Amino acid sequence: MTNAQKKRSHEAAIEVYRQDFPALQQTISDHPLVYLDSASSAQQPVSVIEAVAEYQRNDHSNVHRGVHTLSHRATEAYEGARDKIQGFINAASRNEIIHTSGTTESINLVAQSHCRPLLSAGDKILTTELEHHSNIVPWQLVCEQTGAELLVVPIDDRGQLDLDEFDNLLTDDVRFVAIGHVSNALGTINPVKEIVEKAHAFDIPVLVDGAQGVPHMQIDVQDLGCDFYAFSGHKMYGPTGTGILYGREKLLEAMPPYKGGGDMIIEVSFNGTVFNELPYKFEAGTPNISGVIGLGAAVDYLQSVDLQQIARHESWLLDYMTQEIGKIDGIRLIGTAENKAGVQSFLLDDIHAHDLGTILDHQGVAIRTGHHCAMPVMSFFKIPGTARASLALYNNTADIDQLIVALKKAQQLFA
Amino acid sequence: MNTAFDTDDNMRDLYRELILDHARNPRHFGKMDDATHCADGINPLCGDKLRVYLRVNEDQLIAAAGFEGSGCAISVASASLLTDLIIGLPSSQARNYYSAVTQRLSNPDTIVAEPDSIDLGKLKALDGVREYPSRVKCATLAWHAMNSALNNQSTPVSTE
Repeated sequence: MTNAQKKRSHEAAIEVYRQDFPALQQTISDHPLVYLDSASSAQQPVSVIEAVAEYQRNDHSNVHRGVHTLSHRATEAYEGARDKIQGFINAASRNEIIHTSGTTESINLVAQSHCRPLLSAGDKILTTELEHHSNIVPWQLVCEQTGAELLVVPIDDRGQLDLDEFDNLLTDDVRFVAIGHVSNALGTINPVKEIVEKAHAFDIPVLVDGAQGVPHMQIDVQDLGCDFYAFSGHKMYGPTGTGILYGREKLLEAMPPYKGGGDMIIEVSFNGTVFNELPYKFEAGTPNISGVIGLGAAVDYLQSVDLQQIARHESWLLDYMTQEIGKIDGIRLIGTAENKAGVQSFLLDDIHAHDLGTILDHQGVAIRTGHHCAMPVMSFFKIPGTARASLALYNNTADIDQLIVALKKAQQLFA
Repeated sequence: MNTAFDTDDNMRDLYRELILDHARNPRHFGKMDDATHCADGINPLCGDKLRVYLRVNEDQLIAAAGFEGSGCAISVASASLLTDLIIGLPSSQARNYYSAVTQRLSNPDTIVAEPDSIDLGKLKALDGVREYPSRVKCATLAWHAMNSALNNQSTPVSTE
């Protein structure tokens, strides 16, 4: 196939998915919207929007409480989503699926409920230079509370982890490893399975921050072997305010509750309270019912599409985007790891990323600009921030071509 | 030049030649060793950080002003225009400018009239940001830092 034919065949394959996303059918400043910010938050398919609306319209009520029909329906849909997610990531039990408000809460939960009681001065937690702030700050907090120390695996100038240094840092003093599956700022895919194996050789549990992993690849937590896997709904075409903590049942059972309140108890009296069993022990208060139902619909959507075909498409489109951006004089690509998901960070001439973002927005192109909540990565590259284009299953080459046109216009404006 | 944006008034309104000129060649840029006042301004949205230096003499006149740091075209140009303007002014008048500029840029629906004794002059080139709420913070960053420096606040000010 010629390149043009390849391009056409890729466009045809994903055009059907594009139609599922109403937000993509709009114009911004008289230009068709080109949405290249899915790593921040992905657009939602109509099936997710409708699932949420259907609950709001007909089934709105509280879960796990009422004997009436609406509460039954709400509970069924809410708990049904848990089953869907269990299947989606191949967890061994539904008790291992905890609904949270997002990756951030999932990680904080593990830091406070799993790590904090086990840590004391001199213990070490191992994380990496590549992480999002949500996989750094919770560990800094728990270190401050316990006197433990946070060790950081460095990266190289392509944005890849220094695995030799990981081996050096992995000692008997390390109590926990927290690592991102895919870097949100650079797109680097970390060898998490290998890292889990190495940590387990020392009996050290591993949390994987999967916020950027779940949207781009089929996740099998049992195959990865990790002890905790955290992710967010809104990066996988679901609603904001939803997230999952997967945890091994044995570890979750041993952990004290993270928050206290309704729904996480069996019996409350002032003589003592009996906590509920898993997974409810970690779900205090009325949950984000509509959001979780939407998340369930997002899982249905992802299971209805050909994930392997999408992965191939995203990988092809990433190559196309990187190649086309790279052709522009004055471009500096940030993050050139060998193994990457659909994210490319870059700088253009000496135009500040923030200016670039505004000018691109004016051409209908939505990208993320700034430090991407990964200030240590920016410090490593000695830059205040980057422009970042990120891909989802609905992006096509026309999107990339419009990005290139907009970048060239920005260059002209600042020339 | 810039033919691509000839019909694109909004972008030209935001990135006027004066702004681009000050962004490319910021005036009074660099560390000042004999400053009497100094404060940082941080925009957490993008991580930009500017440090504004002032040398205020015994008559409360701003004898010298400067800044350093990194920022977008809007924040650097605004800092550059600020330093150009306030050198030689009484510190009280610099504060008046601070109020006038921050109010004018933060109220997209109404142009706040220039108070008596204030001539915004070139600073009106920043008016374009009024259409871009997320960029108002860029334009006011140096101004908040200057105000904080005059108030002798030691903690960095944030535009969030």
